[in-house]
Amino acid sequence: MMEFTQADVLSVLGTGIKTLVILVGAVLMAALMIPIERRLLGLWQDRYGPNRVGPFGSLQVVADMIKIFFKEDWIPPFADKAVFVVAPAIIMLTSLLAFAVIPFTPTWTVANLNVGVLFLLAMSSLGVYSVIFAGWASDNKYALIGAMRTAAQMISYEVFMGLSLLGVVLLAGSFNLGDIVESQRGLWNVIPQFPAFVIFFIAGCAEIHRAPFDLPEAEQELTAGYHTEYSGMKFGMFFVGEYLGIVLISCLVTVLFFGGWLGPVLPGFVWFFLKAFFFMCFFILLRASTVRPRYDQLMAFGWKILLPIAIVNVAITGAIVVATS
Amino acid sequence: MEFTFFLAGLIALVTTARVITCANPVHALLYLITSMLALAIDFYALGAAFAAVLEVVVYAGAIMVLFVFVVMMLNLNAETVAREKSWLRPKLWAGPSAAAGVLLLAMLWALISGGAEMGGITGAELSAREVGMNLFGPYVLVVELAAFLLLATLVVAAHIGRDEPNGVSDAAARGERVTSNVQVGESR
Repeated sequence: MMEFTQADVLSVLGTGIKTLVILVGAVLMAALMIPIERRLLGLWQDRYGPNRVGPFGSLQVVADMIKIFFKEDWIPPFADKAVFVVAPAIIMLTSLLAFAVIPFTPTWTVANLNVGVLFLLAMSSLGVYSVIFAGWASDNKYALIGAMRTAAQMISYEVFMGLSLLGVVLLAGSFNLGDIVESQRGLWNVIPQFPAFVIFFIAGCAEIHRAPFDLPEAEQELTAGYHTEYSGMKFGMFFVGEYLGIVLISCLVTVLFFGGWLGPVLPGFVWFFLKAFFFMCFFILLRASTVRPRYDQLMAFGWKILLPIAIVNVAITGAIVVATS
Repeated sequence: MEFTFFLAGLIALVTTARVITCANPVHALLYLITSMLALAIDFYALGAAFAAVLEVVVYAGAIMVLFVFVVMMLNLNAETVAREKSWLRPKLWAGPSAAAGVLLLAMLWALISGGAEMGGITGAELSAREVGMNLFGPYVLVVELAAFLLLATLVVAAHIGRDEPNGVSDAAARGERVTSNVQVGESR
């Protein structure tokens, strides 16, 4: 039998509380993104956006939540029931698990994994199943085409995402996200690794299939793509999952390229939040200002432009690291 | 760590058994993915965190997606499931299962009797650096051979996916600037 000391119990409790705070914080932030996005879109498109419920329309999300909870949660009779129910849970699960390795401040991280970067890639690659299984289980042509597009898009862009991160890992000499932040004390990675930053951001956008890479759910051609048949809270999970993805990618960009919690005067957490929030808003600006590419353009852009740049970036970074060490 | 290892191992065994007994191919694939995740946890419990994550990234996250992708295209329905079920008669699987059961017992006996000599499941972590040092140190030949193999498969894939030799270009295949679409259809 194992002996539990008081210190053990305290450390388990501490981690549990941290986990809870981070989980709740991430989900709340994702929910808050919804009214923020609608207001910002309104601003950039010269209209008001929702401004009736609560101060500046900030309680719109609460109204939407109440509405979505009371909607009928309908499962189509032709759907594969088990898979249909599991699919929306997968995206929430993988996105939330990925938050476990993000260092918000030097002490605020749930799992200080030595393979942190790879863990993130693993979680983002498992997220594909949510969309694929949703599309297949719906037994609907629109949903299936949406799922097919997602599978190809996410598998391709994962490659560039992984390659773009290698430069950062080379500079830090570690897969550990905390070490990566510490290695940026003198200079943020965004300067020596600018091509990697651009590729990571584009690939991140494609991973969470946000506009302009929202081909899996292009409403003009596919109704709503993979979640055509979903309603009620199951649709809500896909919806919140997408916003969790935005929060996650913004946090990652902050950690990997913009020095995480590092910054003068203000406490680390505030710096982290400010940086991450800037990128969340940037995601919304992207949606407000870009058009959706055609599917073959998306694939050609990835394999013919992003892949060579990513490989050259890794080679040059590697050469410089070897030459200077 | 030991408990985690055996629990994940048990899940891996059960899900793998379900992979071959499941009549619905997509459900079978779901079980296979779960089994790979369980294997990854086993790797982690043994201290190979790097291998565990690679198992998830490469097998569960990329290769299985392609499997699902293909199975999705097959337009499976209740009829297929019924046919699969009809193939799973006890007469067919009883013999091989009994043989496999005997092998399992033999392995378990070997493990239990020789278990003391093994290192045990401690969860002591092997870093990515050590894995890299080994891959490009003593095992560099194997890595290079694997690279040859992958290059060969790439060349084959490019060959199979190339345009037809009688001048049907990519643009023609998409129907742009082609006088007769029938010709394209015939040449494919």
